[in-house]
Amino acid sequence: MIPAPEIALGALLPVLVVLGTAALVLVLDLLPPRDGKQHLGGVALLGIVGALLASLWQWGTEARAFRDMVVLDGYALFFNIIIGYAAALAVLLSMDYLRRNGVESGEYYALVLFSMAGMMLLASAGDLIVVFLAIELMSLPLYVLAGLFKTRLASGEASMKYFLLGAFASSFLLYGIALVYGATGSTSFDRIAAALPAGRALDALFLVGLALLLVGFGFKISSVPFHSWAPDVYQGAPTSVTAFIATGSKAAAFAAMMRLLFVALRSAQPDWSALLWGVAAVTMTVGNVVAIAQSNFKRMLAYSSIAHVGYMLVGVVAGGAPGAGSVLFYLLAYTFTTAGTFGVIALCARAGEEAVDVGDYAGLARRHPLLAATLALFLLSLVGIPPLAGFVGKFYLFGAAVRSGYVWLAVVGVLNSAVAAYYYLRVIVYMYMREPDGSSAPTVYAPSFAGGLALAVSLAGIVLLGLMPAPFVDLAQSAVAPLLR
Amino acid sequence: MGILSAVLFLPLAGALALIVIPRRRPRLLMGAGLLVAAATFVISLPLFFRFDGDVPDYQFVEYAVWMPSLGVGYYLGLDGISLLLVLLTTLLTPLALLSAWHAIEDRAKEFVITMLVLETGMLGVFLSLDLFLFFVFWESMLIPMYFIIGVWGGAHRIYAAVKFVLYTMAGSALMLVAILALYYQHGAATGVFTFDVPMLARWVMEPGLSQNLMFLAFALAFAIKVPLFPFHTWLPDAHVEAPTAGSVILAGVLLKMGTYGFLRFCLPLFPDASIAFGPLVFALAVFGIVYGAWVSTVQTDLKKLVAYSSVSHLGFVMLGLFTLNQQGMVGGVLQMINHGLSTGALFLMVGMIYERRHTRLIADFGGLWAVVPAFSALFLLVSLSSLGLPGLNGFVGEFLILVGAFQVDVLLAVVATSGIIFAAVYMLWMYQQVIFGEVRHEANRRMADLSLREWIVLLPVVLFIVWIGVYPTPFTGKLEATIEALRAQVEIKASVARPAASVTERRTAGP
Repeated sequence: MIPAPEIALGALLPVLVVLGTAALVLVLDLLPPRDGKQHLGGVALLGIVGALLASLWQWGTEARAFRDMVVLDGYALFFNIIIGYAAALAVLLSMDYLRRNGVESGEYYALVLFSMAGMMLLASAGDLIVVFLAIELMSLPLYVLAGLFKTRLASGEASMKYFLLGAFASSFLLYGIALVYGATGSTSFDRIAAALPAGRALDALFLVGLALLLVGFGFKISSVPFHSWAPDVYQGAPTSVTAFIATGSKAAAFAAMMRLLFVALRSAQPDWSALLWGVAAVTMTVGNVVAIAQSNFKRMLAYSSIAHVGYMLVGVVAGGAPGAGSVLFYLLAYTFTTAGTFGVIALCARAGEEAVDVGDYAGLARRHPLLAATLALFLLSLVGIPPLAGFVGKFYLFGAAVRSGYVWLAVVGVLNSAVAAYYYLRVIVYMYMREPDGSSAPTVYAPSFAGGLALAVSLAGIVLLGLMPAPFVDLAQSAVAPLLR
Repeated sequence: MGILSAVLFLPLAGALALIVIPRRRPRLLMGAGLLVAAATFVISLPLFFRFDGDVPDYQFVEYAVWMPSLGVGYYLGLDGISLLLVLLTTLLTPLALLSAWHAIEDRAKEFVITMLVLETGMLGVFLSLDLFLFFVFWESMLIPMYFIIGVWGGAHRIYAAVKFVLYTMAGSALMLVAILALYYQHGAATGVFTFDVPMLARWVMEPGLSQNLMFLAFALAFAIKVPLFPFHTWLPDAHVEAPTAGSVILAGVLLKMGTYGFLRFCLPLFPDASIAFGPLVFALAVFGIVYGAWVSTVQTDLKKLVAYSSVSHLGFVMLGLFTLNQQGMVGGVLQMINHGLSTGALFLMVGMIYERRHTRLIADFGGLWAVVPAFSALFLLVSLSSLGLPGLNGFVGEFLILVGAFQVDVLLAVVATSGIIFAAVYMLWMYQQVIFGEVRHEANRRMADLSLREWIVLLPVVLFIVWIGVYPTPFTGKLEATIEALRAQVEIKASVARPAASVTERRTAGP
């Protein structure tokens, strides 16, 4: 009798819940009714809530499985909350949105759940192989979801671009993993950290591997110069999918990247922080400057996301508990804000088509003052106006940078924030200060209970994080403690 | 809840309460907003009477813990400078709202709510004694002003509003970095990480590049707000395009935030840098006085003329503040109040003309004396106050400032004095063109004189203009102790960090 090995399923419980729900959704999809798949959205939501409960149940413990390949610590649990919320919002927004656009399908919810499982696994990864596995599990469903609007060229283009560039980036990542394995003899974060002596110069093989790893991650978080997929994918994909990509996949990629940098590559910090300094500065600037020229709202938000990645990289460069904690807090605030913004876009239409041009929002405040005010608040949070979440996030991020001595990076960051105000305010100008030209004013679909709930929770989130950030800041600080031990 | 919190949040609470009133009752909304603003003024009056002018410390202090792990606290306090500015704010807001009674027809609800939110933001700037709290209020009053200009403004309102926001944000962006740098340097030096302004002010910072850069970052943000030449280019657009009520608040209160910032933060926190850069600020202020006056002289639009005159008047204020002697600084702070009253009144009256004739061009008027005698009389009073006629408020402030300036740099003070002459040039020329002479346009003959509402709007301002001009002691008395303490703090900190010649000797040595 071969004794069965001990598998600490506790570490994998949230992921297993999600995967189980995904399988259930796939099975239920086979059953009637043929059209009208919103009940599957409800099932998916139950699964997400279940996974969140499983995560909360594990709070305070640290579970490791598969010989430290999967680590469920406070850090992973914090990200599980962000990813769970992002997925829940994506599901809530899509229940009406897909029906209106005629692409209701059960596979949508299953794919979202599979991707979410990959994201949660990515946040818990303690080994480079698991990182690769999780990135693939996260990305492949997203490639498919981006192309969901089968009859629209933009959607197909988005899917194709995402897939090709993503596969290319994954291969960079794999090559980097191979080189790091060659240099250190292991793919486990803890063992890599042990194999790298502090103070001694690192060999070329390792440095090249590090660079390739950063290329792979750089693609996933859409930092410059690996950002070119983001505008096309954000613009072409269905809006609820865009919301999911912008929030969930970014958060998961940051989770894994920071765990890699702060745990495995801790002794190489001078090297990668110098590299990331440049990447952060360029990412912020390119994102903001190019966003100014955009007239398509979704494309503009893509470039603004790129800029926000730049701000978050400032926190990574700053390092330490304040630096890493500020990135977590900012990701939380950013998830609420971005999901809310895309949620509003999903509700607006003009002349029967999705209102994606900034000009389509002209005069929105007159007819739909509440929705316009909601969108205005989300945009102001992105600008960084107090007392909203975005301001506290930026304050915390740039504070960490100044504290670690990166004053000039903070200066670049705040100047970029000031520049960014222009394109966010432009939407507000259209909503409040311009009248719609021609006969077609923007129409707004009344949000369903689900969509309205998503918007309300997002709004409450950014106000709460802005006015009473202290508990969340402390939570973020304690979440990064496992990384910095 | 202390009185400062009540004054601070009453406008915001009122704004939130107004949300329930339906949009189709604009008169009710305006009335309710007016009531809230007037109530705020009434509850701010005890601050004046209970303020002890002999005590230099902050009074009515309130402190509550907000974010202890970040060193941020909810810290409010009032000294002589902020007392007068708070009262100016609570006085001008209801008057501005009353002046907009007929002018704002469209979206009156949003207008009143925005004005009240703006009032809370402005009061917060003057009352905060915590740098984080100050920055929150400073940034948060950008957006209401942006909406006021952009939605209810004139023809080029969007350009003006966006310019205003971007300009101000760029300045305050660098101030944020300076605040963070100050926080961490203080923490590293003393072990206490805090944004508490009095505590930070007690710390003596080493003079050098670090202090200079932080001073410049703060100074840039405030210089844009004042506006100090050459950062003034947003002002004419914003003032001209804003609705009357917006212009009154912008000129009356918002510009003072810049000068207040110099006093509250730059001088006590960065004394060495303030003294080192003093000559530069002095020169820019004098340049602004003359430049603002000369450009005002060639204006054809009434509002633009008043806007550029603001540049000139605030140059006087900055001149006074950076003399670092008692007369100059008291004169500077008093002139802040005077400018708020005089220029606020000027904008109110220009708004009244505009409401009647829908033009602001000087050439479209003339001979109004016979048609609207009451208006013309008050307009004369306000114009004379603006140019500094003895007996009215402007003279007291300008005189004190110039006395202070002469002690520091005679040449620049002489140039500044010429600014008074130029002010007379543009003010009297404008008045003559608009009020005296023959009625050049038929439409002017049918102009109605001041209504009861307009009398009520103007009388409080006129009352203070005369009162401060004839008997300023009640107001300067509140300032003396605070200014003395501030000057002493700057001197002590500067001499501790750099034991050399005394402050005044170093200043008169020249740039």
